[in-house]
This record gives sequence, C-alpha cells and structure tokens, in this order.
Amino acid sequence: MDSATLLRFGAYGGIVFLAFNALIIASAVLVLAERKIMGFMQQRYGPYLVGPHGTLQPFADILKLLFKEELRPKGADKWLFTLAPILSVVTAFVAFAPVPFGAETTFFGLLDEPLNLGIADVNVGVLVVFAVTSMGVYGIVLAGWSSNSKYSLFGGLRASAQMISYELAYATALAAVILLAGSMSLREVVESQAGTWWGFIPRWYIFLQPVGFIIYMIAGIAETNRAPFDFPEAEQELVAGYNTEYSSVRFALFPQAEYINMVTMSGVATSLYLGGWLGPFSNALGVVWFIAKISVLLVFYIVLRWTVPRYRYDQLMSFGWKYLFPASVINLLITAALVLYFNA
Amino acid sequence: MPETIAFYFFAGLTVVTSALVIGQRNPMYSVMLLIASFGALAGLYIGLDAPFAAVTQIIVYAGAIMVLFLFVVMLLNAAQEDAAQYDRLHPLRHPAVTRFGALMALLLIVQLGWALTRATDFAAPVGGRADASAVSSVRELGRVLFERHAFAFEATSILILVAMVGAVVLARKEEPSQ
Amino acid sequence: MIPLSHYLIVSATLFCLGVAGVFMRRNLITILLSIEIMLNAVNLSFVAFGRFAGDVNGQIIVFFVMTVAAAEAAVGLALVIALFRHRESLNPDAFTSLKW
Repeated sequence: MDSATLLRFGAYGGIVFLAFNALIIASAVLVLAERKIMGFMQQRYGPYLVGPHGTLQPFADILKLLFKEELRPKGADKWLFTLAPILSVVTAFVAFAPVPFGAETTFFGLLDEPLNLGIADVNVGVLVVFAVTSMGVYGIVLAGWSSNSKYSLFGGLRASAQMISYELAYATALAAVILLAGSMSLREVVESQAGTWWGFIPRWYIFLQPVGFIIYMIAGIAETNRAPFDFPEAEQELVAGYNTEYSSVRFALFPQAEYINMVTMSGVATSLYLGGWLGPFSNALGVVWFIAKISVLLVFYIVLRWTVPRYRYDQLMSFGWKYLFPASVINLLITAALVLYFNA
Repeated sequence: MPETIAFYFFAGLTVVTSALVIGQRNPMYSVMLLIASFGALAGLYIGLDAPFAAVTQIIVYAGAIMVLFLFVVMLLNAAQEDAAQYDRLHPLRHPAVTRFGALMALLLIVQLGWALTRATDFAAPVGGRADASAVSSVRELGRVLFERHAFAFEATSILILVAMVGAVVLARKEEPSQ
Repeated sequence: MIPLSHYLIVSATLFCLGVAGVFMRRNLITILLSIEIMLNAVNLSFVAFGRFAGDVNGQIIVFFVMTVAAAEAAVGLALVIALFRHRESLNPDAFTSLKW
C-alpha cells in the first residue's frame, strides 16, 4: 500500500475515532445540559458545585456509577440481562454512522482527493438509520423481560409497543423527504438543499415540508422515549420501568444510549430538513454549522421534557395510530401529488 | 480478498446461529439467535450488491417479525413453563427417531452440496456475468416493482390487511357464554 | 470472487436446518422459527440468482416473500396464542385429538 492510500486510511480512521469520541462527549454534555436547563426553567441553578458552575458534574456522575456494586436479580437471565444494555448502546452508536457532518475536505491539501466528512455514506443511508433504530427496541424489551420483575416487564412491553407504533409515522415522514430529494443517501439529501431562494431563504426542506418536520420531530421524541412520551420510564408510575433492576455500568449504558439516540435523531432531522452542514462558508465550517443546528434541536428536546406533562399510555398509542400516522400518510400523498405536478 | 473473508464470515455466522436456533431449549434464546442469523444474512445480501434487500431484511424480519415472536414468547412465558417429557431432554439426546431425522438432514445437506458443486454452470463467480448496477439501483427496483408487479403489490397489501384482522380475531379472548 | 454454488450451498444448508427443526422440535414457537429459517434460505437463493443473471426481479420476489412471511408469522402466532390459552401447553403432541 503506497503512502497516499495509507494517509487516506489514517485520515478516515481519525474521522471515525473523532466522531465516536464526540458522541460520547455529547452524551456527557447532554447530561449536564439537561440538568442545567431544567434548573434554569425551574428558577434554580442546577448542578453548581463540581467544577466551575457545575461543568464537571457528568464526570462525577460517571465516577459514582462506576464504583457502584454490579447487582443482578436472582431470577434474571444470565446472558440477556447483560446483552440488553449492550444492544441498546451499540445500535445507538451504529445508527449515527450514515449521518454526514461536513462537506468533503482535503485537510488543507494533505490528501490528494477530498474525503467526505461522515462515517459511512451508503446509498440507502436513510433506511439504515431506520433499520438500526428499530433494532434498538430489543435492548429495552430484553431489559424489561430479563430482569424478572413485573415493573420491568411492563415498562419493557410498553416501550417496545410505543417504539414500533411510532416507527410508521417516522418512516412515512422520511419517505416524503426522499421523494423531494430523489435519493436515499443522507449526503445527497443534504446536497440537494444547497442554494437559496430569492437570495436569502436557504432551500431547506423544512420550508417545503413544515408538517412533515413536525411529524418527524414528534415521532423522534417517541422513538427515543423522551417526554412527553416517556411512559416506559415514568418515575412516578413504574419505579424506573425497564431499568429498575439495573445498577452501575449496565445502568449507565441506558441513559447514554438514550442521549445518543437523541443526537442521532437530531442529526437525521438536520440532514433531512435543516440543510445539514450547509451554511455560509460551509466548505470550511460545515461541522460547526452541523453542531449548531443539532444543538438547537437538542435544546428543544430538553426544554420540551420539562414543559409538558406526560401522556398516558393509551393516549400515547391512540395518538400515534389514529392521528400521527394518518397525518403522515396524507403528507406523503400531497407531497407526491405536488412533485408529480411540478415535474410533469 | 475482503469480499471473500466477508462472505465466509457471514455465511458461517448464519449457518452456525441457525443450527443453534433449532438446538436451544429456551425459546427466548432461539429468537435472539435467529435475529443474529438474519443480521448475518443481511450481510450476505450486501455482498450480493443488494443493499435495499439487506436493509429491508433488517427492518421487516429482524425488526418487526422477530419482535412479534419475542412478544409471544414473553407473554406466554414459554421459557418457564413446565416442559413435557420430550422437551426435558436436549433435542439431540432424544430417542433414535430424532437422531435419525438429524442424520437425514445432514445427508440432505451433503447431497445438495455435492450436486451443486458438480454442476459446472454454477461454478462461475456470482458477479461475473452481469454488472452490479443492474441489480443494486433502488430506483430501478422501484420502477420494476410498481410497473410490472403493481397488481401483486396491491394484492399483497390486501393480504396483510386480512392477516392483521385474522390475527386479532384469532388471539382474542372468548367471551364467556351466558 | 465467490462462485454462485457457494451461495447455493449456504441456502441449501439453511433450508435443511429449517426442515430438521420442524421435524425435531416439540415446541410450537420453535417450529415457527424453523419455518422462518426455511423462508430465509429461499430468499438467499433468489437474491443470489438475481445477481447472477443481472435481473432485479430476484430482489422483488424477495420483498413479496418477506411480506407473506410477515403475514404468516402473525397469523401463526395468533393461532399459537389461541391454542396455548386452551391447553396451557406449547407441545404439538398435546393437540393430537380432534376434539377441542
């Protein structure tokens, strides 16, 4: 292998390594951000003591969790009890792979040919994200079942039924954007949003698909089990739902999987609706724009959690099946009709 | 070279996990092993330049059908029910009838393998005759599906509706007769 | 390059494992799982031949097989639930008499 290929391979490995670490750091930052924003909304400071203004709080949390005792209930299934959090976290990380986070770059002329800033851009990228997040259901279901406890089982069953139901609305909202973009590769969807109308409105799909964006965000919140759809881990009703019996490292993996799922959902939402890494000077600063847009969506997730009350489980299911999914299908039909009309 | 390694890895994983599926006493483990088998099969599809089939395999089979199986196993508590005499023994330790069946299955595999490797027509590399782009383009797939097979597509949607209604009716609790 | 026969051998092996599972196992759910293995073996064969002939219809048949398999799994499992509710057993030998 000649030196140019080796350098390219090394650059790609560096990108993957950086993205992986960025996700882990993002989940730590989100732990802090959630508690700080919750604190500000509730007119208090949030974590304040550890580090300047509480910025080192996530590290304290992680250290505490690592030093806790690893418990396993007596009747719990030996293999599945450990497999469940691993499955949750692995699918959360893998789902981020097709999301592009920057334009192609040559790293200031080091490489001969430009390298795409993204982990794996497959030509069915949108579907890969969908497939891997639908595998994430297993983590929660297995956690609920293998804990050998009735609270966990109910939490697990409810979570998986909820996630499966909202996958339908999620997929049909995606299908409408794919119709507009003409491709299922996330990088091509972002690139088809380049340019502006009348010089200053960017050609983002959120302007063409406002209803689709709202449907996608709602389905994304339900997919990641965040409030107001977080009945499976409802603190007031089910103890802690499917992760009641978990402790220490196995427990820590579940919230981490949840935060990384949030980041992935926001990443896919920005790529599909908000123009991904596009913005002024996007060839050099693409990653910055991407992170900024994701941060806006993540703050929205967090603010939403502490603003609205929780849905009851039957309200949640009826909303997903009777209102969100038909709305999503009608959105797809109208989009298809308009695409056909304007392209004929 | 990496394609060969990928093929042998995924093919071996599929066969091994499928063999383990039929040998497990606990149906929960069978379901999880079958999910792993479907994942490996999706890897094989990608090696065959069929990315859409691979992703659909994960979404439909591993992500939906297996969840259905998992629900049923969990709700029927199948893993912890009192096993009949038959199931208390490990499947490969059953009486001679079962061993005979396993031997027949092995003979069938050997025979099919011998027949397939002898047929010279199939010794050609799978990607040899035709270009990958004829098969891997999703746009082409959609076009053929909705133009030539439109009727089958619509019929399948009615089939799913019928199956859904049937499943709900069959699994419903009987009303207590007055 | 992988010869077509390798893919067909894998498909044949999976199919035989599925058949063996249907015959050997005495648990209704495992029997249904073995049927799914058989369907997947056939899918692999279709995709391999489709690639070999450069025809996209191989994958299209696979989608229809997947859809039918989903419908069949749903109805089959509903039947298993109904049977279990009646006899409290998942062993097919418990259902040998024609009387309900």
